[in-house]
Parts: sequence; C-alpha cells; structure tokens
Amino acid sequence: MAKNKNAAEPVRKSGLFEYAPAPESPAAAGDIATSYGHFINGEFTDSSGSEALKTVNPATEQVLAEFAQGTDEDVDRAVKAARKAFADWSALPGSERAKYLFRIARIVQERSRELAVLESIDNGKPIKETRDFDLPMVAAHFFYYAGWADKLDFAGFGAAPKPLGVAGQVIPWNFPLMMLAWKIAPALATGNTVVLKPAETTPLTALRFAEICRQAGLPKGVVNIVTGDGRTGAALTAHPDVNKVAFTGSTPVGRAIAKQLAGTRKKLSLELGGKAANIVFDDAPIDQAVEGIVNGIFFNQGHVCCAGSRLLVQESIQDELLDALKRRMATLRVGDPLDKNTDIGAINSAAQLARITELTAHGEAEGAERWSPECELPSTGYWFRPTLFTGVSQAHRIAQEEVFGPVLSVLTFRTPAEALEKANNTPFGLSAGIWTEKGSRILWMADRLKAGVVWANTFNKFDPTSPFGGYKESGYGREGGRHGLEAYLDV
Amino acid sequence: MSDLSTRLDTPARIQVFKTYKLYVGGKFPRSESGRVYEVTDAKGQWLANAPLGTRKDTRDAVLAARAAVKGWSGTTAYNRGQVLYRVAEMLQGRREQFAAEVAAAEGLGGKKAGALVDQAIDRWVWYAGWTDKVAQIAGAANPVAGPFFNLSVPEPTGVVGIVAPQTGYGHSFLGLVSVLAPVIATGNTAVVAAAADAPLPALSLGEVLATSDVPGGVVNVISGRTADIAPTLASHQDVNALDLTGAIAADGPGTATALEELAADTLKRVLRPAVDPAAQDWTNAPGTDRLLSFLETKTVWHPMGQ
Repeated sequence: MAKNKNAAEPVRKSGLFEYAPAPESPAAAGDIATSYGHFINGEFTDSSGSEALKTVNPATEQVLAEFAQGTDEDVDRAVKAARKAFADWSALPGSERAKYLFRIARIVQERSRELAVLESIDNGKPIKETRDFDLPMVAAHFFYYAGWADKLDFAGFGAAPKPLGVAGQVIPWNFPLMMLAWKIAPALATGNTVVLKPAETTPLTALRFAEICRQAGLPKGVVNIVTGDGRTGAALTAHPDVNKVAFTGSTPVGRAIAKQLAGTRKKLSLELGGKAANIVFDDAPIDQAVEGIVNGIFFNQGHVCCAGSRLLVQESIQDELLDALKRRMATLRVGDPLDKNTDIGAINSAAQLARITELTAHGEAEGAERWSPECELPSTGYWFRPTLFTGVSQAHRIAQEEVFGPVLSVLTFRTPAEALEKANNTPFGLSAGIWTEKGSRILWMADRLKAGVVWANTFNKFDPTSPFGGYKESGYGREGGRHGLEAYLDV
Repeated sequence: MSDLSTRLDTPARIQVFKTYKLYVGGKFPRSESGRVYEVTDAKGQWLANAPLGTRKDTRDAVLAARAAVKGWSGTTAYNRGQVLYRVAEMLQGRREQFAAEVAAAEGLGGKKAGALVDQAIDRWVWYAGWTDKVAQIAGAANPVAGPFFNLSVPEPTGVVGIVAPQTGYGHSFLGLVSVLAPVIATGNTAVVAAAADAPLPALSLGEVLATSDVPGGVVNVISGRTADIAPTLASHQDVNALDLTGAIAADGPGTATALEELAADTLKRVLRPAVDPAAQDWTNAPGTDRLLSFLETKTVWHPMGQ
C-alpha cells in the first residue's frame, strides 16, 4: 500500500531521487592504442590497405582510436589463417577445446571491470548495464558452451556431429562483446574456427578480446578479428572458403546476405530486426508491468532488436497505465554512461541519432502524440530523451519500422483476440511480452504469438541456456542453448 | 496403348481412363489455363494428359494452404498422427494402382515398383508416429540462471512450398512421400510442385489424401512446368519456407540458386537440394533432419515466485 501511495505523488519534486554523481573511472578501461590493425593468426597485423576508420566515444564525441578498414586481401588472409587452424582445432578432443573456452570465460571474469568500462566508453551504454548485464552474460556464454564441447555426441544431432569449417561472423554495435560471445563460443565449442568482424562503431572490445585469446593460449588462427565497415562484412560473407555465415543486424542486410549465399553450400543463420509487442491486460500487476515496459524499451537506449517497442494496452486501463508509466519515465536518468546511476546512456552514433530523430518526426507528422519527460541532456555527445507516442495506429511508421532507440509506440486493444491480431501484424517475429495474472490467458497468447521469444510477466531476459532467435523476417536459426549448437554443426 | 493401361486392363473390356487433375483446397480442379501436357512413361509412350498448372493455379494453392494452417497446426499431435496413419491405410488399399504408376514413371518392373510403394506406405506410418514425439526431441526445458520457468517448444513454420524430387531411385512416389510427410507431420501445410516428367503418382496421391481425413488445403498438388510453379512459390509473400529438393534445373528461373535468391526477399527458410540429386536413393532410411527443417523454436519465460 505504501508503495502505491508514493507512486501517486510527483516523487521527482520531493528530491527523493536526487543523486550525487558516482562516476566510474575511464582509466579502468586500460590502455587504448591510438590505432589498431587486425588480429589474424594470433597476431595484430597491419591492413593491406591504408584506409582507417575512427571510433568515437558517443558520450563525448571524442575519438578513442583509429582502426583498419579491412580489405578483401585482409579478409582473405584471415580466412586462410582460420582454414589452416581448422584441421588441428577440429581434431582436438572436445575436452581440450572445452578447457580453452573455460579459460576464456575465467579471463573475461577476471578482466570484467576493464571490459565493462571499455564497452561503455566505446558504445555509450551505461556502466550499470555493461557491468551487471553484458559482461556477466559474456562469461556465462563461454562457460555454458565450454561444457558442450566434449558432449556433442549427446546433443541430439547424431553421433560425432561434424563442425562446418570456417565461420564468418558479422556482429552489430548494440551489445558488442556479448554478440561476439554468442557467435564465438558455440562456433569454437563445436570445432569450427572463426573470422569475426565487429561493428564499425564499436570495435574496441573485440580487439581487446583478441588479447584474451592470447592469454588463454588459444592456438593461432582459431579466432581472427577483422575490423571495418559493411564492405569488409560483405567481403567476409562472400569469401568462397567460408563454410558458415552468422549475421546479427538489420533485416535489409540479412536479406542481402541470404541472396548473396543463394546457390552456395554455406550454412546461414540470421538474427535480424524486431518490433515486439508488449501486451498489457487489464488484470496485470501495474507496477510490475511498468517496470517491464521501461526495461523493455529503454534498456540499452532501446538499441535492442527484441525491444518491446510497441506497447499494446487494454483500453480500460490505458489512462492508469500511462500515468504510472510517465511518472516512472520521469525518474529515468539520462546522461554520462560512466555514472553508476545512469539509466539511459548515449545513442551509439550520429547516424543512429539521425535515424531516431527522423522516425520520431514522422510519428508526429503522421498524427501521433509525442511525450517525453523533462530532462537535461549533456551539451556534447549523442542523446535522445525517452519518448512515448500515444494515438499510434498500426499503419504508422513508428508502429511498423524498427526505430532502435528509446521510443515507445502505444496502441490499444479491447479483447485478447484483437491484441493477438495487432501483435502479429508485422513482418518481424523476434519477441513479445504478455502481462496478465491469468495463467490460461498467458498460455493462450504465448501459443499464438508469432515470435521466437515470449516473455510473460517479465521482459528482456536472456540466458546462455535459452534459445534466442526469430520467426518470419526476424531471421532464422537460434543462438543459445542446445539449439544454438545446430547452427555450427553439419546436420 | 500405354504400359499403364495394359497393366490395369483386362482383355475383355475397354478400360476407363482417368482424367488427372490438380489437388487444391481439397478439391480436384483442372488448371485455370484449361491446358494439359502429355505425360509419357520412361520409354516415351503416352500415359495421360496432366493439367498444365500455372502461376495462378499455384497462387490459388498457396491461398488454400494458408487457410488450412490454423486448423491443421491447431489439431493435437495425436490427431495428426492418426490422420497420417489413415493415409497409409488408404494407400495400402490402392497399392497396385500406385505400383503401376511408379513402374511406368520410373521404368521399373512391377516387383521393384511394388516394393517402392510398400516403402512409401511404411514411411507414412513412420512419420505418423513422429507427430507426438517431435516436440519432445526438439523442445527443451532450459535451466536458466534465475527464478524463471523457461521452456522451448517447436512450432510449424507455416506454408511450405515443396519442389518434389525429380531424380533418384524411387523419386516419383517414395521420394515425394519422403519430402511431404515430414512437412505435414509437424503441422505445416504444403504446396507441392509435382515432378514435371512424372506427376501422375503425385496427382493420384491427392485422391488418397482426400479420403484420409487430411483437411482440404493441407496438401495441394500442382503439376506443370517447374519453371512456372517453383518461382511463384519462392517469391510468394505468404509462403514461409521452401524445400528445393527437386530444383535440379541447370538454367532458367527454376534453378535452385534463382529460387533461393527469390526466397531471400521474404527470408524464407530454404532447404537446399542435395549436392548430387541424381544419386539420391529414396529407399534410404530417413533421419529427423527433414522433420526438424520446418520448425520454429519458441521460448517462453515466466518468473517464479509466491
């Protein structure tokens, strides 16, 4: 009861949530070199080309480092190194491969503060999240798949399932090191070798991971990191000696890769865009639902493919829910990612900020009503206020397209059938949320939602043992769990 | 007189020929084009005029398949198993007819053809038994590190376009059954592009399905040019997956590469043809790979607490 009483008051004015700054030290990120080459065959090497890209701290717009734009020749060199390493690596007993992965998991844990700070600086996400979510998840993923390496006979893919060979992996900027872990851990556990290209706005933790591979004594060429933009990615996925392509990113790029691989024997797994519905019924626990909605769309600045970007609220509780949601949004702290109290950090790049700005402008132009809490934004860096749109119709661009930012579109429904119809009215099918106290309704909805992950009375939960991936145009293949092995085995 | 009619005929009377028709939405329409093409046996003797199915026929079939998804995927696995078993029962009673069609289509002796039909019947039985077991081998209770109930279950992908096998020993019927049965066993619906040169067993299978409690629209069979039918399936917005087993064209719009490119536009799940489709022996025992190819894994989380 006391909780409800508090929630009814404008808590922000009471000063209850005034916090002194609690900054993490940027120096904890360790030494950042002024320029980086690729990590090929166990060594950092220069690119064959002269083009260099810059990665900036999106919270300050300061350049952190230069890194190489990978050329076709660089990619070829990396694939050759991975091919050469494949024979010995795949022949190694699974129990020995496992020990390398366990070593990596342990070193990630040991260096997690350093990696968390580095990730926050390069990506713009709050230290609270890199420290408490990204890094623990990275270590857990390596730990989980390490255990599979010598148990593949029992994974349900027949006796002694074979690895595919060289995996070309292209990952996005929203969870740089975690996406690396999701790709590299199952690939190595199953006996493949990899060439991984991190995103061009967030290469630093992948390059730091190369050092961890060295500390772990991983044989040369088993993991290769080639940096660069989409051109490098395209060269990697097109390389004729790559046997497996794994991509996480946008649906248009996923489509292009699927087309590029047509007629080849390369195995492909895609984890693409989403436009998840977070569905709140009139009997839902409102306070918990509000926390779930906030976590669903404002976690990681909304740079989450499975973000709950469409709130479907039952008409009868719309006002009550939106009032509570606005009160909660008013307490979100936007600002310095290295401040341990920050909830919403910097938008990853100027380009992404421009896209969010453009789509939200469309939202207003198409007649939806826009609301954001008052909050001061830093004068430099890329920032976007947590934003709510009400009066959104299914045809609006902000209800159909992935914004990939802290922007929530609110739609209403009257019956479970209408909620289902609206939730499934998208070419995407990555995730969905259901909030209700009625168990049979949860199961009825979960059964009918066309989505690869359904969170009921919770949202944005992840675990290495839990398969993740989409229906329809959100891609195919699963990452995580026993299912995640299949993408790297010849089955 | 063709081989087929010779086998089925008695000297005393003139045989009644069968008009082969498409199988769409549980009905047996002629092609909307009003056109047919000549089907011959392995020696080039005329067997029958098969409907020349068109792009429009194919689109109609996709509509029927889509309409059937809700009902078929919603039946219990136990019920689907009984329906598939019923297909085997019906087929058993028409063994000789199919043996004659297979013998003519693949140029085999009656004994070999009969053995292939027997295997096709047994394959329906095998997949009938899988319907209520596949979720137990493909699903999982996941031990997540937190107070959550977490369950992964397989669900049907939806409408699957099948380019039926056109080569390999037993392709005309055992091959067809081997690709079709796993698709519908898991609750998907199908549009089959029948083997262009040997469509008669596929068209006759429609008659068996229609009398086997398989709801109309769950399986649709189109005969005609693969280069017309397959690209329509590959580019159709309402087809979720594509089985390219029989996409063996060397050039033109029906090549596996061209079809996979079309499928990429809507990110269809694609099962590629074998490296050497002509070397496939359809009498080989199937594994679970086809059964697992047209499933989506859905993972549901719920907190645990008081």
